[in-house]
Amino acid sequence: MSAASSPSRLGRGDRLFLAAVIGLPLLALLVFVWLPALASIVLSFTTWDGIGLSGIHVTGIDNYRQIFTNYPPFWPAVWHNVLWLLFTALLPTPFGVFLAYQLDRKIRFTRVYQTAIFLPMVLSLAVVGFIWEIIYNPDTGLLNSLLSAAGSAHHIDWLGNPHLNLWAVLVASGWRHTGYIMILYLAGLRSFDPALKEAAALDGAGGRQTFFRIVLPALKPVNIIIVVVTVMESLRAFDIVYVLGGGTGSKPGMELLSLLITDNIIGESGHIGYGSALAVVLLLVSLAAIGTFLVQTFRKEDS
Amino acid sequence: MTTTAHRPAVRTRDDGSPVPGRPRPARNTRAHLLLGTVSVLWLVPLLWAVYTSLRSYEDTSRHGYFSLPHSFGLENFTDAWTQSGMPHFFLNSVLITVPAVLGTLLFSAAVAFFVTRFDFRWNLALLILFTAGNLLPPQVLITPLYRLYLLIPLPQWMSDSLLLYNSAWGIIAINVAYQCGFCTFVLSNYMKTIPKEISEAAAVDGAPVWRQFFQIILPLCRPAFAALATLESIWIYNDFFWPLTLVETGDKRPITSALANLQGQYFTNPNLIAAGALMTAIPTLLVYFALQRQFISGLTLGSGKG
Repeated sequence: MSAASSPSRLGRGDRLFLAAVIGLPLLALLVFVWLPALASIVLSFTTWDGIGLSGIHVTGIDNYRQIFTNYPPFWPAVWHNVLWLLFTALLPTPFGVFLAYQLDRKIRFTRVYQTAIFLPMVLSLAVVGFIWEIIYNPDTGLLNSLLSAAGSAHHIDWLGNPHLNLWAVLVASGWRHTGYIMILYLAGLRSFDPALKEAAALDGAGGRQTFFRIVLPALKPVNIIIVVVTVMESLRAFDIVYVLGGGTGSKPGMELLSLLITDNIIGESGHIGYGSALAVVLLLVSLAAIGTFLVQTFRKEDS
Repeated sequence: MTTTAHRPAVRTRDDGSPVPGRPRPARNTRAHLLLGTVSVLWLVPLLWAVYTSLRSYEDTSRHGYFSLPHSFGLENFTDAWTQSGMPHFFLNSVLITVPAVLGTLLFSAAVAFFVTRFDFRWNLALLILFTAGNLLPPQVLITPLYRLYLLIPLPQWMSDSLLLYNSAWGIIAINVAYQCGFCTFVLSNYMKTIPKEISEAAAVDGAPVWRQFFQIILPLCRPAFAALATLESIWIYNDFFWPLTLVETGDKRPITSALANLQGQYFTNPNLIAAGALMTAIPTLLVYFALQRQFISGLTLGSGKG
């Protein structure tokens, strides 16, 4: 890349302006984002009552040993995060890609379909939670009403039963996620050279073959984005679980790392260390996705 | 039908005449059937909420929710609006969202300008630092951030609590700092496409850098700003996590996170919950329908193209 303006040519006023232009946002970013992120790592090796910085005592890996061995909701939360990721990666994400591929044909009403399926993505996760709450409500909800109309005598507590509630939440979350992936993939497909697809069709490739042999490999950057989005959304999942869990923090059957961390924010005694250790676990897992995204995005600019 | 008459006869014979066994029409019907079914299924939860919200509690408790309506009305909406203090929470949302979106756009435009229009050594590192900041899960930051907010004092006129904790300023600050990464990423990609000659010409004319920024580059980025403003307004308005953790239960929360308190306190039946949730969604839906193109292009600008 050629030089836009070489910095040495700048006058004093220009230099001051540029310092402010980068300095203020950088300060905000460092103070509110990176400082807390690093502080989480530091605090995870300490115990702190939250009162005064002198109350911080280094305890080494004690917090980690505690959460791994002596904190009952930890392993369920890890498992639920894994389940969340697997479910989202295996159902809503491929379904969104499939819908995008269907929408990419030149047929009528695509905008109508697109708007309807993408609509949940415009709603906040909290509102999505409330909408599904009135569907899952055991006494008054749509789902149990439908079941009893169909003759089933079962009275299912979708959100209360710890073996069911995570799946109920995953359906609600997948409802929103599908449209997101669909829109992202559709943008990728629209930038795809149609001549390639036509050539494949002329060679006698069917719709499925064209997709798997031609389109999918050619859209590698979009594929990576979609994988990263799916992983990040699965790790960040919070709002919808919080709302559907009744708004009081983690609930049996629906523990997630993000909820355990917030359970420990305000807690007195040694909980700050616990919360921070949990945050570090979440951070380490996220780094894989973050790293993939950054490498994919910035590799070509490095040279 | 009449238009076909204008076409050259050759073309009509070439692709206009229906060749028997041609798969296209059949496949289109199948696609319509599939997409139509999915669209309807996807609308069911929303329509159920609308249906529930329009019926009176008396009606639903007597006949059940899964029944034909005996009356339709907007009472649930007016009740939710007047009893729970929703107007106040909406105002909070506006007072947080508008400054946060403007601040995010200004900051990220400044950073993008810095890293794309000048050849400083650390530009790529800076860009990565900003982008990566937005990729961290918010929960990774929250424990120390909560403590930090309890430590930073604010004057009385800015915050009743005299702290960054429990104040709109705190929510604006974290939203700006956190969202800046995404917008910087999008805007820097956009600014790279502006020819360098434009700012070089301005520099030769002796225009100071601040004028290049405000009078040349910013106006050229208008389409990107429109897309990002739409997207960020919806995102920040929809944000649930920061106010939930950084604003104590009370009257300072914006509507999206206040909903969690209103439920149980005021919204005691599904009819009211549906009405409250739908009213909260109305601003985002309006913005989406009015500015659908901007919203989607903002989303895909950020993640579709590297």
